[in-house]
Amino acid sequence: MIVADRKSLNEIQEMVKECKKILILGCKGCVTVCNVGGAKEVEILASSLKIARKKDKKIIEIDCMTLERQCDPEYIEQIRDVFDIYDSVVSMACGVGPQFLSEAYPDQKFYPALNTKFFGGAVQHGVWEERCIGCGACIIHMYDGLCPIARCSKSIQHGPCGGSSDGNCEISKDVECIWDTIVKKKIERERLKDLRCIRPPKDWQTARDGGPRKSIREELVQ
Amino acid sequence: MIENGLKSGSNLEKVLKAGHFAFTGECGPPKGSNVEILKKKYEYLRDKVDSVNVTDNQTAVVRMSSMAASKIMLSDGIEPNFQMVCRDRNRLAMMSDILGAYVLGIKNMLCLSGDHQKFGNNPGSKNVYDLDSMQLIAMVKKMRDEGKFLNDEKIDVAPRMFIGAASNPFGNPHEFRVYRLANKIDAGADFVQTQCIYNMRRFRDFMKAVVDKGLSERAYILAGVTPMKSVGMAQYMARMVPGMDVPKELIKRLKGVEKKKQAEEGIKFAIEQINEFKEMPGVAGVHLMAIEWEHMVPEIAERAGVLPRPSF
Repeated sequence: MIVADRKSLNEIQEMVKECKKILILGCKGCVTVCNVGGAKEVEILASSLKIARKKDKKIIEIDCMTLERQCDPEYIEQIRDVFDIYDSVVSMACGVGPQFLSEAYPDQKFYPALNTKFFGGAVQHGVWEERCIGCGACIIHMYDGLCPIARCSKSIQHGPCGGSSDGNCEISKDVECIWDTIVKKKIERERLKDLRCIRPPKDWQTARDGGPRKSIREELVQ
Repeated sequence: MIENGLKSGSNLEKVLKAGHFAFTGECGPPKGSNVEILKKKYEYLRDKVDSVNVTDNQTAVVRMSSMAASKIMLSDGIEPNFQMVCRDRNRLAMMSDILGAYVLGIKNMLCLSGDHQKFGNNPGSKNVYDLDSMQLIAMVKKMRDEGKFLNDEKIDVAPRMFIGAASNPFGNPHEFRVYRLANKIDAGADFVQTQCIYNMRRFRDFMKAVVDKGLSERAYILAGVTPMKSVGMAQYMARMVPGMDVPKELIKRLKGVEKKKQAEEGIKFAIEQINEFKEMPGVAGVHLMAIEWEHMVPEIAERAGVLPRPSF
């Protein structure tokens, strides 16, 4: 899923400081699963903003709504009747949401309440980790199911580099050296020979380096 | 190959090919355009080493460009080992700089991953890592031996570099270090400079495996030596520098002498190491990294019995 963190209350407050009436719009997709932009978090943000405004003696009216998804025009349409009764709309979806909303309603102002971070999953309750950077040319199988492109700080295809220390990356003791893990797994499975090769440089055109990307499935295009 | 079967014809290549025990040094360019600082540093190394590594924004701190510093050194009669890291350049910049470096007269190149930018004083910069060090080595070899760019287009006058790589004999997972070295040699490394060695027992084991695999027949292995200046430095290296193995006995040895004699004890240990490396199967030379201690290089070289350096 797409994993995001919420911006600080101060930052969101600053965005809507001139607004008297806003809509906070959640998303039932990834950000609900990672507990940052679903119905519950929408309510929490609304309460926090109201309390903060009360302290400043500037009342704000806030409505809350959570769409099925904000990455689908069909659901974006669900605010067609109400979008313009607000001074602005705060989206609690990933970065896709505020953009789809802005495209559908050019006259309204949409603020992102989240910082969208990565494609990942929960490794324990309350902790999510990056697993994929969407490079567009998956090679996970070559590394026993561990992606060095996403999980090595240098995205190197021939690791570990000299900075690997006791299973940790040189950038921090809190960051796993995925190459250490790859090599250990290859040793355990007696497949170390898989790593006795030199791989050609990666073609980054399929990644973001090739420019903004599209995915077209001809059979679905009408 | 150019004349006499040499790949680049650099002094370092000639020294190694002639079977001499090589002795290389290191010089970090200054944090600024102050050429005098650079000159002062490398002047200590003149005639004491076969070539001098010129670091490339080491520890991810911005410094005078490695290529410019290499050229200044070269014009002053000292042979550089131009270092290039994968952190700051994509393949376009790398190939372009390799051509440029060659035209400037640079003949040795050390290919490295580079410390992550999070280490340095510009942690907010974008990291590149278009290629990794293995792929950089292979690319320099392809440019030299096939006369082709990475995209297979032909190069009009191929750059002839003597290709260097780094190896950390102590990194983890330990079992993989010789494999990784073998990959680098397969990729095209002509010479290899190791991380600073302090644990001689582990290095002997590493070199035995290197020799057993025939790797020292295929590339020249230069053992890395950095003399300890103090107990504090030894403790810092042991705790803070990733992949460094500083045995307790060495720290104990340095602690065993009074503080003002610790530097001398560190130098003594370095000289003992160099003397052992001279005899160690598979070791073709020493790479002396006297970090911010360049003025000690002449004395160390003298006492280690590696002078005079061969000349061609």
